[in-house]
Amino acid sequence: MEGVGINGYLGVGAVLFVCGVVCMATKRNGIGVLMGVELVLNGANVNFVAFSRFGHLGLDGQVAALFVIVMAAAEAAVALAIVLSFYNNHLTVDVDRADELRG
Amino acid sequence: MGTALFTVFATVACGAALAVVLSQNVVRMAFYLVISLGSTAGLFFLLNADFVGATQLLIYVGGTVVLLVFGVMLTASGPFLTIKSSPGDLVQAGVVGGLFLGLVAFTVLQVDWEANAVKLERRYGATSLERPGYNQHGEGHTTRSLGAALLGARFDKDLGRHREQPSTGYLLPFEIVSIHLLVVLIGAAYLARAKRRVSPSRDA
Amino acid sequence: MMPLLAAETISGYLSKEWELPEVWALVAAAVVHVALLGAFFGLPALVGIWAERKVAGRIQDRLGPTRVGGRFGWLQSVADGLKLIQKEDLWPTAADAMLFRVAPYIVVISSFSAFLFLPFSDTWVAISLDVGLFLALAILSLEVLGIILAGYSSGSKWSLFGGMREAAQMVSYEVPLGITAVIPVMIAGSMNLNEIGSMQSGWFWNWFVFRDPFTLLAFFVFFTVTLASNKRAPFDLAEAESELVGGFHTEYSGMRWSFFFLAEYASMYFVSALAVLLFLGGWWTGLPFIDDFFRTSDSVAMQYLGRVLGFAVLMIKASKLVFLQIWIRWSLPRLRIDQVMTTCLKYLVPISCFLFLGATAWSLFLPGRVLMGTQPGLGGRVADAALVELNESSGSEAAFVAPDAVDVAASSLTFSSKGGE
Repeated sequence: MEGVGINGYLGVGAVLFVCGVVCMATKRNGIGVLMGVELVLNGANVNFVAFSRFGHLGLDGQVAALFVIVMAAAEAAVALAIVLSFYNNHLTVDVDRADELRG
Repeated sequence: MGTALFTVFATVACGAALAVVLSQNVVRMAFYLVISLGSTAGLFFLLNADFVGATQLLIYVGGTVVLLVFGVMLTASGPFLTIKSSPGDLVQAGVVGGLFLGLVAFTVLQVDWEANAVKLERRYGATSLERPGYNQHGEGHTTRSLGAALLGARFDKDLGRHREQPSTGYLLPFEIVSIHLLVVLIGAAYLARAKRRVSPSRDA
Repeated sequence: MMPLLAAETISGYLSKEWELPEVWALVAAAVVHVALLGAFFGLPALVGIWAERKVAGRIQDRLGPTRVGGRFGWLQSVADGLKLIQKEDLWPTAADAMLFRVAPYIVVISSFSAFLFLPFSDTWVAISLDVGLFLALAILSLEVLGIILAGYSSGSKWSLFGGMREAAQMVSYEVPLGITAVIPVMIAGSMNLNEIGSMQSGWFWNWFVFRDPFTLLAFFVFFTVTLASNKRAPFDLAEAESELVGGFHTEYSGMRWSFFFLAEYASMYFVSALAVLLFLGGWWTGLPFIDDFFRTSDSVAMQYLGRVLGFAVLMIKASKLVFLQIWIRWSLPRLRIDQVMTTCLKYLVPISCFLFLGATAWSLFLPGRVLMGTQPGLGGRVADAALVELNESSGSEAAFVAPDAVDVAASSLTFSSKGGE
């Protein structure tokens, strides 16, 4: 790891995070939005592990990353169930069509 | 060597993440997502976090993304599903995202990490991972310490150092996550259970 | 312990003996790895395909291949390979061409790189990590992704059905696979495959499969689950020929098709070797006088010979399991997809959970007691050592002496278990 300091990893984390946010904002497919969430969480994970290596976080950073991964899996399962339920009711996964509660 | 590997993994991870944003086909997005997450696992290995890297591969890439692709297949109405977003949205999101990235990068570069590390070390002592008597980087020794930390014992903090009280572990969060996963299991099964489809022809 | 096949070992040797610069030594080490893995990827596949045909023939009262390469058709696989290489590389117009072309590579690379973590004999391992088993299973689980992508991108309903079945099946079968693989890990107290293997030395009743009734059953569950995770009959729903033409590889032909085939046989071999390492005593013959004769020998050559013997033993054991897989394929009818899912979710998951709890309870309440043998697993020994330490140390200090004691006991036992080094 000679040469690459914490900044490189934080940069990668930032790019992943921003890509995830843009993905969440632009995709109209419900599953595409989910993928954006995964990217965001992944960017956060890169930061956690980078701080655990270079910062003062120690193993705590890695534990946090593990919890994030598990949470992401749980989130994906529930969100996918919601998307499937939505598909059952509307025959589409286009999130722009979820406008029944609009006033 | 480390720098070269970092460059490869970082480029692939960022490139694939961009491709996720730019691609319109959902399955291709899933494919790029896998590549991005896989290279991130590579970055974790470079950061000596081998257990986290392996978990990333097993749960994220092998589990979550497979689940997502499965969802795509269940909900695809045509052979290759594409729901296009409007170009205006894309441009708007691209501008905002670019500004946001600039903000984050600026913030990261503003912080003097070296000085911070020195300051923290003065206050709290050396990083627990670099203390003598605790060989973390030797052979990828995170597994045993991580497992102990999840059960409440902190090898990395308490080993070879006298403490009045043992450091706190992660037993409670671990249990909460277990319960949470059980709840998620039941909840997802409940949400996705087969229901009567609302279609005009069969509507009673 | 220095793993013999590790990149550092090879490159260190090269840069010392031949005075190569470090970068080139690492490159050379990578070449060695690729060559060895290529051999291990190709050879079992070649032999396995031939064996599959021969065994299938015999079971169906035929002769199987008899012409190419003499009486037993030894060279049948080579002939097949030559035919497949010559075929035109094509894809259907309806396919998503990029994913269609990439999918076989994902499958091949994942089943190929899983071999990196497999110890072929004592210390004959390329990457000896604490997370070895976990990582090997993780990488093996990436294979399913290639299959799903292949099924989806073919643009054919048969392939799509095959891919969906594969996705549902694999995601479910990962659960019992993980739980049953954790049982030997718990007994050994390590996820390093080399350590798990070296802990089963001595008489064959020291093998984890004979340790207690729960591990005995766990072995059979593990074997069943690996059948499913390799899409072998009776769980080969993803390619069910009688309903789905060819399942996920309906649209594939030539070299890309044979990549799926090669990957299937390589991972058959890999999971068999994994089962041998986890349950069936790894590279030990099970007869300590033979093993010890080589292991305690003074001469390096004899120790090396012992490793070669261990390599042969591992190969033979794994080949027997592969033979068993082939036998099962040609004996049992295929299950329906709902039966496959029922088998996993209603039977195998609860059974493996029960076995895991049972094996835990056995280690907890009957420490040091095993079904037939006399030697407890390392897990029990570490716990005993920690308990002794706990009793000796007094009062408030006990709480944080314990991890120390466990770690020290673990490391000392780890070294003592590799006594021959």
